[in-house]
Amino acid sequence: MLDLINDFSPGLFFMQALILIILIVLMRKFAWKPILNALSEREEGIADALAAAENAKIEMANLEASNQAAAQEARAQRDEMLKDAREIKEKMIADAAGQAQEKADKIIAQAQDAIEAEKKAALADIKSQVADLSVDIAEKVTRKELSQKDAQHALIEQLLAEANI
Amino acid sequence: MFRAYFKIAFFALIFTAFATAQAQEHNGDYAFDDEIESDGGKVNTKEEIDSYIDHHLKDSHDFHLFSYSDDAGVRKHVGFSLPVIVWSSEGLKFFMSSKFHHDDDGKVLVNAGDATFTKLHSKIYELDKGATAINFDADHHPTNAHRVFDMSITKSVFGLLLIGLLMLLVFGALAKQYKTKKIPTGFGRVLEPLVLYVRDEIARPNIGETKYRKYMGYLLTVFFLIWISNLLGLTPFGFNITGQIAVTVCLALFTFIIVQFSGNKDYWMHIFWMPGVPVLMKIALIPIELIGLLTKPFSLLVRLFANITAGHVVVMGLIALMITLKAQFGIVGSTGLSIFLTLFLSVIELLVAFLQAFIFTMLSALFIGMAVAEHDHHEHAGAEEDDIDEVRERFI
Repeated sequence: MLDLINDFSPGLFFMQALILIILIVLMRKFAWKPILNALSEREEGIADALAAAENAKIEMANLEASNQAAAQEARAQRDEMLKDAREIKEKMIADAAGQAQEKADKIIAQAQDAIEAEKKAALADIKSQVADLSVDIAEKVTRKELSQKDAQHALIEQLLAEANI
Repeated sequence: MFRAYFKIAFFALIFTAFATAQAQEHNGDYAFDDEIESDGGKVNTKEEIDSYIDHHLKDSHDFHLFSYSDDAGVRKHVGFSLPVIVWSSEGLKFFMSSKFHHDDDGKVLVNAGDATFTKLHSKIYELDKGATAINFDADHHPTNAHRVFDMSITKSVFGLLLIGLLMLLVFGALAKQYKTKKIPTGFGRVLEPLVLYVRDEIARPNIGETKYRKYMGYLLTVFFLIWISNLLGLTPFGFNITGQIAVTVCLALFTFIIVQFSGNKDYWMHIFWMPGVPVLMKIALIPIELIGLLTKPFSLLVRLFANITAGHVVVMGLIALMITLKAQFGIVGSTGLSIFLTLFLSVIELLVAFLQAFIFTMLSALFIGMAVAEHDHHEHAGAEEDDIDEVRERFI
């Protein structure tokens, strides 16, 4: 112990203290401060990046969900549109059919009218011709009657019978 | 810019070192060869080995690398001298240690101005006025000389300067790397985990998340200073910086001062008026706590000093086995045994070098943490319960 105290050199102690103080001051300024700052900065950066990644993940999930919703909506819309289109098509077909029917009916009706008119004209024509013919016949018959009384009677009888029918 | 400045300073230092080393060799040729080298300066007996180890453990005023005998049988020393700066009765004196001519027994006297100095067992003495030679009493203590305040750039101071410069260069470079990139490259990649280790394993858990930042400068500096010092002590350069009691006293004193200055109200309360115990007990605890205050830094300084000194003694003793066991095992046997055991112990010492730096820094951080800790006596019980719950949860 005495040897130890004897070995203690105040000069060395002084130099060590001096060097240590200077070294601490210099190291703090030129090494430890920038190193520790950079390290904590980097750690904060890493923590931030991790948090950002986590956020991005959540956002991604949200986005995907909303995407899915949008897709669902789009699909529904498409179905609706298709349904509408089908309805319109059917309606159009139905409409066209109706119109066609109508037109056809109209044409038929016109045709019937025309036929009726023609028939009437023809009947009139026939009537006039019949009258003419009757007159001719009567003329001829009258001419012949004058020769045959019995035949005249028979004819009249015949005519009358016909007229009854 | 600073880096360039340091580089220049570093190379200048090395240049002067080699320049003086050469001068030293020339000096040795004619000045003191015949005086000291009569015994060859070789270390061959047990007593010589003991004194060599003893001498190594002390600080020295010159940087001695190795010695050899040339063809003519003249002993030559290779190394360089370091400046001696002493505060004597005649004021500040400055001269190179080469003036002592490797003498360590008070035989060579150096006149610097009006004062005369001599070196005895690695310590510089100033001779009293009128004395022409040093006289010893029965215990080999000088009677007509006294020790001076020795601020020399001794081997330890030189080592400290070297380490300081190295730390500034290496960690300054690391700091500079962060300006351009987030992750350091090259050697910085080795240093960064060490800095992180000190921060995350030593400072944070012991001082606390909110307060640790203020003490990082001291803890990091001390950790790397001690570690590199210890490692340098394992090199053949023979530094023994942390084995100097003055160095460890200084380091422990720094911790002590920092702890006292950062102590909060609770800290002083626990020393002078321990809460939660009867008044009589409080009074009885004061001296005990005061002793505890002093034993903490004392244990720090003794632990570091003793571990490093013991390591050096054992390693040197094992190296010396090749001489001490030569008679029993022969040259090859003793050398092989010595190499094997030294290698084995050196590996352990490598671990001890780190461990001591770690323990010193760890305990410093712990003492600082104890001084700055916030105690909450009223909610203490509740907090403990919480902790138990937490622990239980962790197990379940």
